[in-house]
Amino acid sequence: MDRTKIDLWVGIFAAISVAALLGLAMKVGNLTTTNIGDTYTVTAAFQNIGGLKPRSPVKSAGVVVGRVDSIQFDGATYEALVTLKLDKRYQFPTDTFANIYTAGLLGEQYIGLEPGGEEEFLKENDRIMQTQDAVVLEKMISQFLYSKATESND
Amino acid sequence: MTKRTGAKLTAVLQSIGHRLIDQFWRLGSASRLFAYTLLSSGESLRRPFLVIREIYFTGVLSLIIILVSAFFVGMVLALQGYNTLQKYGSSEAIGVLVALSLVRELGPVVTALLFAGRAGTAITAEIGLMKATEQLAAMEMMAVSPIARVVAPRFWGGVISMPLLAGLFSMVGILGGYLVAVPLIGVDGGAFWSQMQDAVDFREDIVNGFIKSCVFGVACTMIALFEGYDAPPTAEGVSRATTRTVVNSSLAVLGLDFVMTSFMIS
Repeated sequence: MDRTKIDLWVGIFAAISVAALLGLAMKVGNLTTTNIGDTYTVTAAFQNIGGLKPRSPVKSAGVVVGRVDSIQFDGATYEALVTLKLDKRYQFPTDTFANIYTAGLLGEQYIGLEPGGEEEFLKENDRIMQTQDAVVLEKMISQFLYSKATESND
Repeated sequence: MTKRTGAKLTAVLQSIGHRLIDQFWRLGSASRLFAYTLLSSGESLRRPFLVIREIYFTGVLSLIIILVSAFFVGMVLALQGYNTLQKYGSSEAIGVLVALSLVRELGPVVTALLFAGRAGTAITAEIGLMKATEQLAAMEMMAVSPIARVVAPRFWGGVISMPLLAGLFSMVGILGGYLVAVPLIGVDGGAFWSQMQDAVDFREDIVNGFIKSCVFGVACTMIALFEGYDAPPTAEGVSRATTRTVVNSSLAVLGLDFVMTSFMIS
C-alpha cells in the first residue's frame, strides 16, 4: 500500500464521516430551526404549567414560532413566570392568548399562541396578560366525579 | 485445627492482596504509558503520515463491519419499535425511537465494542509481536523512542477514527431504520423525520454522543496499546493479551457509558 493510496482512502473516510456528523446535526438534530436567529422576549404568568420545560416549543397555528427560555416561580403572586423567546419575524398583537397544550395524549407540552385583534404588537419584555393553564388530568377527573356525584343526589 | 484454618485464611488474604497490588501495579503502568504517549505525541504528530497510516488501519479498514452492523441495527430497531409503538397508535414516533437510541447510546457503544474487537485486537497483537520479536528493543538501541514511533501514532489514529466511525454508525443506522419504517412498513415519511427533528436536540443528544465516542476512543485505544505493550513476549502471552484487550475494553466501555450517561441525564 503506497502512501498516496492510503492518503486518498483516509481522506475519503474523513470526508464521509464529517458529512455524516453534519448530516446528523442538520437533518436529525434540526440545528437549523432550533437556533432561531433574532428573537424578542416576552413573559407570561400561569397558575399551573403542568409539564412545560425550558426549550419547549411555542407554536402558533401549529408552527413553531419560538421556544420557552426559562421558567421561574413568582413568590409574590404564587404563579409560574414563563419567559418566551419569539422569532423576530413574527409579530403578535398585545391581546394574544397563551395556552398550554399537550401534543397528542401522551406528547410533550407546548405553548400555543392565539393572536387577538389589537392593533399594537408585543414588544421586547412585554407580558402576555391572557393565559390559560395546563390541563391537569387529576383535576379534571375529580371535577367529573364531583359533578357526577351531585347529579345522582338530585 | 485452628492453626490450619489460620494458615488457610492467611493464604486467601495473601492471594487477594497479591491480586489487588497486581491490578494497581498494572493501572499505574497503564497511566504512565498514557502520560508518556501524550508527552511524545508532539513528536509523532510532526510526522502526520504515521498517524494517517494508523487511521487507515483502524478507521478505513473497520468501515465495512461498522457500516453493515449499523445498517442492520437500525433496521432491527425500526422493526421492533414499530411492533410496540403501533399498539399505542403512535407508529410515527418510530423515527424518534430509532434516532434517539442510536445517537445517544447504540452509536457510540456498539461502535466502541466493534472497534475493540476489530481494531483494538489488531493493535495489541501487532505491538505484542513487535515486543516478542524485539523490534521495540531494537528501536530503543537506535535511539528511536518506540513510544513516539509506534505507540503515539496508533493512539491518535484510534482516537481520531472512533468518533468518526460512531457518527457514521448513527447516520447509517438511521438510514436503515428509515428504509424499514417508511418504504417497507409504510409509516409516513414526513412524520418520521419531523418528529425526529422535534425530539433530537443538538447539544443534549448529538454533542453528548460525540463526547461519549471520544472518551470510548481514548479508552479502547489506550487499553489495546497497554495490553500489547505489557504482553509477555511469548506466543501465549500475546494471545492472552489480545483476549484481555477485548474483555477489558468492553467492560470499560460499558462502565464508562453508565457513568457518563448518569452525568448527562441529570
